[in-house]
Amino acid sequence: MDLRIFLEQVPDDDVTWAQMLLSGLEWTLAVAFFAWIVAFVLGSLVGIMRTTDKRWLVRLGGAYVELFRNIPLLVQFFLWYYVVPDLVPGLKSWVITLDPTWHQFGTAVVCLAFFTSSRIAEQVRSGIQSLPRGQRNAGYALGLTQMQTYRYVLLPMAYRIIIPPLTSELMNLIKNTAVAYSIGLVELFFRTREMGEATFRYFEAFGAATVIYIVIAMTANRVMAFIERRVAVPGYIAGGK
Amino acid sequence: MIELNDVSKWYGAFQVLTDCTTSVAKGDVVVVCGPSGSGKSTLIKTVNGLEPFQKGSITVDGIAVNDPKTNLSKLRARIGMVFQNFELFPHLSIRQNLTIAQVKVLGRSEEEAAERGLKYLDRVGLIAQKDKFPGQLSGGQQQRVAIARALSMDPIAMLFDEPTSALDPEMINEVLDVMVGLAQDGMTMMVVTHEMGFAKKVANRVIFMDKGLIVEDCTKESFFGTPRSERACDFLAKIIH
Amino acid sequence: MGDLDFEVIGRTLPYLWTGLQYTLKLTLTAAVGGVIFGTLLAMARLSSIKPLAMLAAAYVNLMRSIPLLLVIFWFYFLVPVILQTITGAERPVQLGADRSAYITFIMFEAAFFCEIMRAGIQSIPKGQVNAGFALGFTYWQSMKLIILPQAFRNMLPILLTQTIVLFQDVSLVSLLNVTDFVGAAVKIAQRDSRVLEMYLFVAVVYFLLSFSLSTAVKQLQKRIAIIR
Repeated sequence: MDLRIFLEQVPDDDVTWAQMLLSGLEWTLAVAFFAWIVAFVLGSLVGIMRTTDKRWLVRLGGAYVELFRNIPLLVQFFLWYYVVPDLVPGLKSWVITLDPTWHQFGTAVVCLAFFTSSRIAEQVRSGIQSLPRGQRNAGYALGLTQMQTYRYVLLPMAYRIIIPPLTSELMNLIKNTAVAYSIGLVELFFRTREMGEATFRYFEAFGAATVIYIVIAMTANRVMAFIERRVAVPGYIAGGK
Repeated sequence: MIELNDVSKWYGAFQVLTDCTTSVAKGDVVVVCGPSGSGKSTLIKTVNGLEPFQKGSITVDGIAVNDPKTNLSKLRARIGMVFQNFELFPHLSIRQNLTIAQVKVLGRSEEEAAERGLKYLDRVGLIAQKDKFPGQLSGGQQQRVAIARALSMDPIAMLFDEPTSALDPEMINEVLDVMVGLAQDGMTMMVVTHEMGFAKKVANRVIFMDKGLIVEDCTKESFFGTPRSERACDFLAKIIH
Repeated sequence: MGDLDFEVIGRTLPYLWTGLQYTLKLTLTAAVGGVIFGTLLAMARLSSIKPLAMLAAAYVNLMRSIPLLLVIFWFYFLVPVILQTITGAERPVQLGADRSAYITFIMFEAAFFCEIMRAGIQSIPKGQVNAGFALGFTYWQSMKLIILPQAFRNMLPILLTQTIVLFQDVSLVSLLNVTDFVGAAVKIAQRDSRVLEMYLFVAVVYFLLSFSLSTAVKQLQKRIAIIR
């Protein structure tokens, strides 16, 4: 194993392989960042919808979750990249004008956002449903409206409860960015493969990628653990002062 | 003040309340008792609209509870409710628990809400706990805070749903003492409870329910002296030992 | 929308069916192998032999921290080398991607099944273990006769749900040019220029299969709940 390969120049370019991999990492993190924000908002909305007493909202949310849960992520990527532009009038002609990388980036964000949002929706739903029924009643009894009760009583506790599974989802999202390689996005996994094929030093290339993914995972874990400690409610379960 | 007329409620095909008719005048302290499953908790929850009902009518201070035009949130702000499981909001401090509904529902300023809330907190003897969190207090303390929280809304009447049933025996009296104080100050109260000692001390009327029906509805003296129904006699014999 | 021709699906059904068969075979093998290996991993994690527990934990955490695609590629390159050292051959033993995938998925899924079985084992009350010891069982006996049967039954719905996830994850092998269900559809799409029809078909089939399976699991969960 020879680590100097990372300092060698990429053919036809004046960057090193190390810089190539890092640029891939940038794309990975960018996709994860934007996808997470959209997924969190969308997922929360759908999850909350599923806990109201309006049956049609519950059903609609259920259909949304089932749709994105039962199709493999790879197939969803293909659908968003190859099929949706053909089905939505006007979309294809706009997409053609884009730089391919932005098309791929946008597709990756949209695809991962919807995919992850359906899983976040289920966690938000189960977080809210795990609260005692009396909490909702207590909010109503004080005169809070349904929206106020969600905002001030249910959601603050529900989100604290689901921080561990949300952490898992965040880590899944980061790992799933690698599937964007299938539509050609130059994220970390793409660059890793590219380096392997160009230099035949697969061990070093994949080794580097493995280390980088592990570091990202550990960082995400630490950040969420920190958040969990900061928002812990004193006296509730084992957390807090 | 509170009028119930022929109130009936079904859960699917199962009837839980049958033609319940009674009234609570200003300053009345009405105790509702009966065996498990008699519908007493359900009945008290229909008064502030937490449980919908299919037949009959309920008016509070002249306002119909099941009228679709009624602003339930405003109505509930005028009735205080205390729950069996306290239902303080765990993520808010005691002070915040007391002020949140005053601010969000009644539109009071934070200062005014804090002043009022802390006044009632002092009245229940817990002013020293104002910055603690519910998880750090004992059951009896939490329930007293819950009473203060309901009182902070300056309600015209207070509903109690088995307020001492979830408490360890040594804490029951601290809560009952607060309730006795309230009654003696002239608060209109409707209390679902098994604590017959409390009923004997401050109630002026007792309602006995069995299987969704109001079986007895009479003054305290006649209930404890000469109840008319056999069921009530049985019940009293079992619980007064 | 252009001219959609769904006839292409009818014409290529046999080829698609071969692909689906591969997907199902790989799923089943990885599920069974993964549960067995995963259970062993779980016992290792819970064992009092510190190095063993740490090794198992490290393995599980590694598998759960890196993308499945990376794991697939690692095994694709490593397995031939490992076989070379085991069999003493001159060069790495070339295994097609389709065959190394079996090993990959058993090893990968084992990490997830390990966590599920670990939760299952830990949820069995200590009293059960003690009762077994009091009767004279050895550790392996109480595991085999008392703990594992109960843990497995309790965790069955979650194990099945994980298998459905596995079923979908298998589609990634198509990126190594393996002819699984997705791979077969992609090849037809490229050859006959029928991208829309093929991808929609694949999505619909996956949806129907996964949805029916997860509905069946939910029914199973209800029945188990009643029995308990």
